[in-house]
Amino acid sequence: MFSNRLVNILIPLISVFLGLLVGAFIMLGFGYNPLTGYLSLWEGAFGDSYFFGETLRQVTPYILSGLAVAFAFRTGLFNIGVEGQVIMGWLASVWVGLAIDAPMIIHLPLAILAAALAGAAWGFLPGLLKAKLGVHEVIVTIMMNYIALYTSNALVRNVISDGQDRTERIPETASLTSEWLAALTQYSRLHYGLLIALFAAAIMWFILNQTTRGYELRSVGFNQDASRYAGMNVGRNIILSMVISGAFAGLAGAMEGIGTFGYQSVKGGFTNIGFDGIAVALLGGNAAVGVVLAAILFGTLKVGALNMPTSAGVPTELVDIVIAMIIFFVASSYMIRWFLLKMKKEGK
Amino acid sequence: MSYVIEMLNIRKEFPGIVANDNITLQVKQGEIHALLGENGAGKSTLMNVLFGLYQPEKGEIKVRGESVKITDPNVANRLGIGMVHQHFMLVDTFTVTENIILGSEPRKKGTVDIKKAEKEVERLSQLYGLRVDPKAKIRDISVGMQQRVEILKTLYRGAEILIFDEPTAVLTPQEIKELIEIMRVLIREGKSIILITHKLKEIMQVCDRCTVIRKGEGIGTVNVPDTNPNELASLMVGREVTFSTEKQPAQPKEVTLAIQDLNVKDARHVDMVKGLNLKVNAGEIVGLAGVDGNGQSELIEAITGLRKVDSGEVMLNGKSITNLTPRKVTEAGISHIPQDRHRFGLVLDFPIGENMVLQTYHHEPFSKKGVLRYKEIYNKAKALIEEYDVRTPSVYTKARALSGGNQQKAIIGREVDRSPDLIIAAQPTRGLDVGAIEFIHKKLIEERDKGRAVLLLSFELDEIMNLSDRIAVMFGGSIVAEVKPEDTTEQELGLLMAGSKQQKAGGQ
Amino acid sequence: MLKNRRSLLILALLLAIGMVLGACGSSDGGSEEAEGNGNDNSNGEEAAGDDFSVAMVTDVGGIDDKSFNQSAWEGLKAFGEENGMEKGQGIDYAQSASDADYNTNLNRLVRSDYNLIYGIGFLLAPAIEEVADQNPDTNFGIVDSVVEKDNVASIVFKEHQGSFLVGVAAAMKTESDKVGFIGGVDSDLINKFEAGFRAGVKSVNKDIEVKVQYAGAFDAPDDGKAIASNMYSQGIDVIYHASGGTGNGVFAQAKDLKQNDADRNVWVIGVDRDQHEEGQINDTNVTLTSMVKRVDVAVQDVSTNAMNGEFPGGEVVEYGLEDDAISVATTNEEAMTDDIKTAVEDWKEKIVNGEVEVPSTIDEVKEFEDSL
Repeated sequence: MFSNRLVNILIPLISVFLGLLVGAFIMLGFGYNPLTGYLSLWEGAFGDSYFFGETLRQVTPYILSGLAVAFAFRTGLFNIGVEGQVIMGWLASVWVGLAIDAPMIIHLPLAILAAALAGAAWGFLPGLLKAKLGVHEVIVTIMMNYIALYTSNALVRNVISDGQDRTERIPETASLTSEWLAALTQYSRLHYGLLIALFAAAIMWFILNQTTRGYELRSVGFNQDASRYAGMNVGRNIILSMVISGAFAGLAGAMEGIGTFGYQSVKGGFTNIGFDGIAVALLGGNAAVGVVLAAILFGTLKVGALNMPTSAGVPTELVDIVIAMIIFFVASSYMIRWFLLKMKKEGK
Repeated sequence: MSYVIEMLNIRKEFPGIVANDNITLQVKQGEIHALLGENGAGKSTLMNVLFGLYQPEKGEIKVRGESVKITDPNVANRLGIGMVHQHFMLVDTFTVTENIILGSEPRKKGTVDIKKAEKEVERLSQLYGLRVDPKAKIRDISVGMQQRVEILKTLYRGAEILIFDEPTAVLTPQEIKELIEIMRVLIREGKSIILITHKLKEIMQVCDRCTVIRKGEGIGTVNVPDTNPNELASLMVGREVTFSTEKQPAQPKEVTLAIQDLNVKDARHVDMVKGLNLKVNAGEIVGLAGVDGNGQSELIEAITGLRKVDSGEVMLNGKSITNLTPRKVTEAGISHIPQDRHRFGLVLDFPIGENMVLQTYHHEPFSKKGVLRYKEIYNKAKALIEEYDVRTPSVYTKARALSGGNQQKAIIGREVDRSPDLIIAAQPTRGLDVGAIEFIHKKLIEERDKGRAVLLLSFELDEIMNLSDRIAVMFGGSIVAEVKPEDTTEQELGLLMAGSKQQKAGGQ
Repeated sequence: MLKNRRSLLILALLLAIGMVLGACGSSDGGSEEAEGNGNDNSNGEEAAGDDFSVAMVTDVGGIDDKSFNQSAWEGLKAFGEENGMEKGQGIDYAQSASDADYNTNLNRLVRSDYNLIYGIGFLLAPAIEEVADQNPDTNFGIVDSVVEKDNVASIVFKEHQGSFLVGVAAAMKTESDKVGFIGGVDSDLINKFEAGFRAGVKSVNKDIEVKVQYAGAFDAPDDGKAIASNMYSQGIDVIYHASGGTGNGVFAQAKDLKQNDADRNVWVIGVDRDQHEEGQINDTNVTLTSMVKRVDVAVQDVSTNAMNGEFPGGEVVEYGLEDDAISVATTNEEAMTDDIKTAVEDWKEKIVNGEVEVPSTIDEVKEFEDSL
């Protein structure tokens, strides 16, 4: 039993180490010093309080988009549409921020709520189509991503702003930014959203593991036939799962909209927050705590990597490869274990 | 005669459980040796040790008198040990020959010499009387032929000792007869066979000796000609087993379930139940006999709300439950032991404890205001597991990890415990061993005696004859006959099920 | 599964502990690091014989976008060469992978004590505004946008003028009397290119049709190629692209067509830099000309001024034809016939003189077209 546990701790550590090692060899092969490279990665993520703040800032939307993917996954749904739901949440939070004039105690919660609702609405449609007509959610959500992107662009340009590339900045009353957090971290963009993200993780754990609703969602995720047999309404659970997942994604959008940026701009492409959320959820084993930890790993790599070209002279492309190696090894260890467990089960 | 395989004092542990403890199995050259045990007794584990999939913690394995270490299946193959798996390991889209040679292909200039392979398959198949079509694709041939391909696979690899893992579970009676013939030919040609089974009839029919294991422990080896099914059964279960269940005559009371002119379509809109009438009274077991595919499944799904009723009415205690949702049907007082326990009966990835409240999780005390109360759930689960003798390491173990019999006992415990007015039991003992079957039969009779109505669907005539107070024969979507078990014979039932004889039709 | 999850959890927990430790250590290590950086910089600057350093942050197009990010970096390199600096020693750049990276990159460079930091492209305007506010002691430059702050110099170009001139060239080169314009993101800035181009084409021949399409992105060569393919198949033979990296797809499509049929009449007009080399195929070239926006000239100019203590903080510095910061490339001598060159020169004269007022917005160009 003990040795088993030891192995469980060792395997992920080894896989991170392997990723770093392969990354190091790649750097070495191209004539760069891997030690300086990794040192600058570390410095770039935790070098001083500013970078630490920025890393946490980056972690915030990753937690929420990871939760969004994980939540749907626990109900047996693959929500590729988190990206689009993020964009809609972003847009909604900024729009409410700009359109309404109210004291912060009303304004800020309203903007956050709007983001959650917008994301939820964007998840509702694929959920409905899946539940009622059996249309596969992957296809619908991919399409919904594009609809979200271009709807947001059109609205920003033609409705919210007057032909501009971005909206105005939201007023302080709708903003998650925090002067003392910024001051604490030398003007990083760290904002109160981190608390929302952590709270959301707790909510997800509570819903899935502690409520009858979560019992149904998990049951539907594992076995729809048995759930129907047990008297659960499978369709309603599918829709609900997509709605809650979308709400998490919408909140991730609010983190960017009224946290990091304070405006919405016309986007040339996807934010990738939603797509990265898939990887975060996978690494986190689709559990709330796992997602938080995976988001921290991801945010660290993303922010830290920015420092590698300037500080260590490693080209951006190489940095991307090194980061991909680390993720690959962590992810494949997860897969290897999964296969091992499965084989063991079948062997019995 | 010397021993070809000796497994001496084998012990194999898994975290939290000892699967094999001090088991000794000695197989003589040229014999068919049965390995008998209940589901979960440790038969498959022992064979996986022999086949190199597991390493034993203790014990010694000798092949032809020499001590060996079997580290993986390749070693086992080299020693001439071959395994015919219960779940065939075949590639559907490959031909018979391709499957047989897979992994040890004869080569010619870098390509597979398929001609040579086909000839070799042809030769083996004639030598052992294993009829196969070497060029047919696996997906196009019958289950029986697929099994012969599995056997040929092991022979092609030069197996001298063949392990058959529950080979008859998937076969029709005709195919079983053929398989037994094949085993006899194999023995005549000098092979030795280990037959893993829990079917006593087969052992009596074909085996020379039989080693019994129970709960992971070796009980002993007996000469088959010197024993009888009763002795084998009590060795396996550890106590006396009665084959025909004892029961008092039924005392039917008021009508519980009444079905009138029921019509049900299947997914392809074909009428599967046509104008069916049936009544089940409190305090009796009605057996639903029939050949699979005559609308039994659709009937049960229609009663339980899983399938839409096209027309007609289903009444429970005088109230219509037609086309209610499964939840409302359940709460109206029906319990359902489903035919396919993996697909419907359990969420296999949930702990067995959480499976025990699959229909009741939203009621107090298992939850309060939408929040689960795990303490209550697991207390209930522990009580049920105790009462229904579900063998599991703990209530937190995933349902998937339990053996079929224990899964079924868990389902029955859950369904019976809800004190329903009607219990629908669809093939409740499918694939289970004698001990479990006996237990389940006893439970169903107990419930009948408590005044509950039981509708039993089974394809095993033994079971129908043994348990039912009244037998309704279903053919072509309606009830073609109702008989009392004491007034009929298996032969007559068989004819009725085949639709060749009409009797007093309907349940009126 | 559960064990699995737990192990991942432990992994991440370790990471978290590491982070906290890192954060705790940051007060010491961080400041040491900052000093270290300072030393590095002063070393480099000593070598340059000066106490001045410049850096830039690219937008998501990246340093090798063959467009204005690259052009800006060339300007910085030229500035560095003049003053004995090289990458990492007095001059440097940071690349951004997403919108969220702009602030981080700017701040990183502020922390490395650069005196002047450019944000290349209007996408960086909000980030420059924020960071300039937080760091009043550092000077910033923003290219292609205006940020009204005392420590920010806003560098803008009269792209409509140059676009007008390449419009003239396009109008004289087309045989089908159909020309195309591919924009990156539909925005005020790119509308300026469109307006100038349309005005230039129509000034030569009112009947030439100008087809306009926006790709919606500056970093989508796939879309650029698809739009170009569509335009060429409609009979359009000259395409002017103002779409950054997206334009690489336009060149690729033109070259594909040329490869299949050497006699086919397809041309691309490049933007920002002289994109002659992008159009090279076998022994011919599909780049007719380029609207050269000398971001490099502007960056070099502002950097030099700043080093000399004349940083144009709070000002909008506008570069145009008269500064030679906007020009029309004539590298493709075969394609740019003397006729075209002369016509372009004539129009240039008129613009510089103020004889012709080139429209810079969509509304203005409509008016301009109606007046013809």
